[in-house]
Amino acid sequence: MTGIVKDESELLAALRNGDEAVFAQLVDRYTPAMLRVARGYVPTHEIAEEVVQETWIALLKGISRFEGRSSIRTWLFAVMINIAKQRGAQERRNADAEIAAFTDGTVDPARFRAADAPVWPGHWKEHKEPTAFPDTPEGSVLADELISVAQRELDKLPQRQRIVVSLRDMLGFDSSEVCELLDISIANQRVLLHRGRAAVRQALENYLVDAS
Amino acid sequence: MDCNELVELVTAYLEGALDDESRARFEIHLQACDGCENYLQQFRETISTLGKIGNHQLDAAFRDRLLSAFRHWR
Repeated sequence: MTGIVKDESELLAALRNGDEAVFAQLVDRYTPAMLRVARGYVPTHEIAEEVVQETWIALLKGISRFEGRSSIRTWLFAVMINIAKQRGAQERRNADAEIAAFTDGTVDPARFRAADAPVWPGHWKEHKEPTAFPDTPEGSVLADELISVAQRELDKLPQRQRIVVSLRDMLGFDSSEVCELLDISIANQRVLLHRGRAAVRQALENYLVDAS
Repeated sequence: MDCNELVELVTAYLEGALDDESRARFEIHLQACDGCENYLQQFRETISTLGKIGNHQLDAAFRDRLLSAFRHWR
């Protein structure tokens, strides 16, 4: 058995040696997010599980040839997205044009003064401006509730927003990696990320207003 | 820059993707506007909350299936 292994080359060596503890560590770290992303491409949770399982098996089969030119994480998601696309029924046609077609704001326009208002057009209306979210110490009841609210809202996001937010904010991929994985432009990656985050922000705000 | 414009630029701001002039206007607006300062704080908290999802429980049966695939492969 091994402890926590940090270095990628150590991880690869341990996997090649059949170290189950290291494999379990990787599975625990990446599988929840892999399922979430896979679910964006396929119609059911069961198929998403099959896609994820196939990805892990592909890693094991390829481990002896894995050269470490990309990180294990990047490799896992790239392979998984390929498998998921093959399994996903829906055609992903012209994604960039579809994203560009969004023009609505991400905050309820009723919270702002009208464009022709005599003073402060486009600014927050009185009593409609945001108030700071409270400090939530890690492990507190409120912190846990907010994480659940964020998770539920994330699950409700349109597919592409959900995938981009999961990769960026849950997993910490950087924007260039996400653009490459999903084959989208940097500007559209940002649009999807912003819309997804804004929807989650709204859900958290609603929850906190209701709770107070 | 008005508040309803600023809220659409928050991700671009946080990504460092605004040009110099837009970033300056964004920051000048923030200094004078509590609502937008709070909006930015909420957005940062949202991102931080999203970053804490992830470690939730993996379905035990599925985890076992993956580990037994490993044993089988080994």
